[in-house]
Amino acid sequence: MSDIKKFMFVNRKAPHGTIYALESLEVVLITAAFDQDVSLVFLDDGVYQLKKGQQTKGIATKNFSPAYRALEGYDIEKLYVEKESLEARGLSAADLLVDVTVLERAEMGELMDQQDVVLSF
Amino acid sequence: MLHIINKSPLTNSALDSCLRVAQAGDILLIEDAVYAATTGNLFEGKIREAMGRFKVYVLQPDLEARGLADRLIAGVTPVDYGGFVELTTTNKNCQSWL
Amino acid sequence: MSSIEVNGKSYETDEEGYLVNLSDWNKEIADYIAKTENVNMTEQHWEVINFLREYFEEYQIAPAVRVLTKAIGKKLGAEKGNSEYLYGLFPYGPGKQACKIAGLPKPTGCV
Repeated sequence: MSDIKKFMFVNRKAPHGTIYALESLEVVLITAAFDQDVSLVFLDDGVYQLKKGQQTKGIATKNFSPAYRALEGYDIEKLYVEKESLEARGLSAADLLVDVTVLERAEMGELMDQQDVVLSF
Repeated sequence: MLHIINKSPLTNSALDSCLRVAQAGDILLIEDAVYAATTGNLFEGKIREAMGRFKVYVLQPDLEARGLADRLIAGVTPVDYGGFVELTTTNKNCQSWL
Repeated sequence: MSSIEVNGKSYETDEEGYLVNLSDWNKEIADYIAKTENVNMTEQHWEVINFLREYFEEYQIAPAVRVLTKAIGKKLGAEKGNSEYLYGLFPYGPGKQACKIAGLPKPTGCV
């Protein structure tokens, strides 16, 4: 289909201090229904959204981190993490709860340029 | 690509992240991001450096509202609301950094 | 806040009849909600309900209909992984109606 657009969701906020991460995830899940070319990007504190082993019982909020593993079933398989953001937080791909593609910042910038729609959260 | 920033670079990392990841294109500073485009601000050096790779614009009404119209860094292009709209149409895509 | 009464016990629901506390759920409650939805629970219905409960347990979200359909097909066979079969079981939608019976929240994006 020719009207498929490239959508990129840029996530830059840590998961539990604000509602951005959860809101982004919900929009992504809804967007999946429209069969578009969807990419998810995790930059800066946004990489914390994918940290393994999140347990929110003690703060009495919804632990939405397992839902990132459901994305594959929604045919959303393009997950990108910026290398520098990971390293600045002492994390590596092995600390994340889903398989991601780790990109250098220049590659990330290039990927952004190629999008039709970029949404920030 | 047009990058729109609306937070002061001294309290929010959006502009820093934009400059780190994006390689070239247009940057438009609006709302509290206009502070980044003023002389004497701690961020001035980074903006001057970025001007080598990007074309930097600032929304003039936001600059005026903050009493800083006379402090604009030379080489940063002021635009009005019409210019803002034009930037969004002349660029293939845009990102409003949060 | 609304509520339903099953076996003399009261359970909180939202205004659309979805259970508020997921941990309240049990088979009697499922049967009760199914009755109010005019769904006659059979083994095939339970298969879908149990699948939804497991899916939610793992991912903490209720799957979109399309995702559910595909996943059911994978797990229970192609003859069940299609909307004709699933809507046959749950006429008001395998997302909306089955999730309600399974004691799950309404799937994201479902209006």
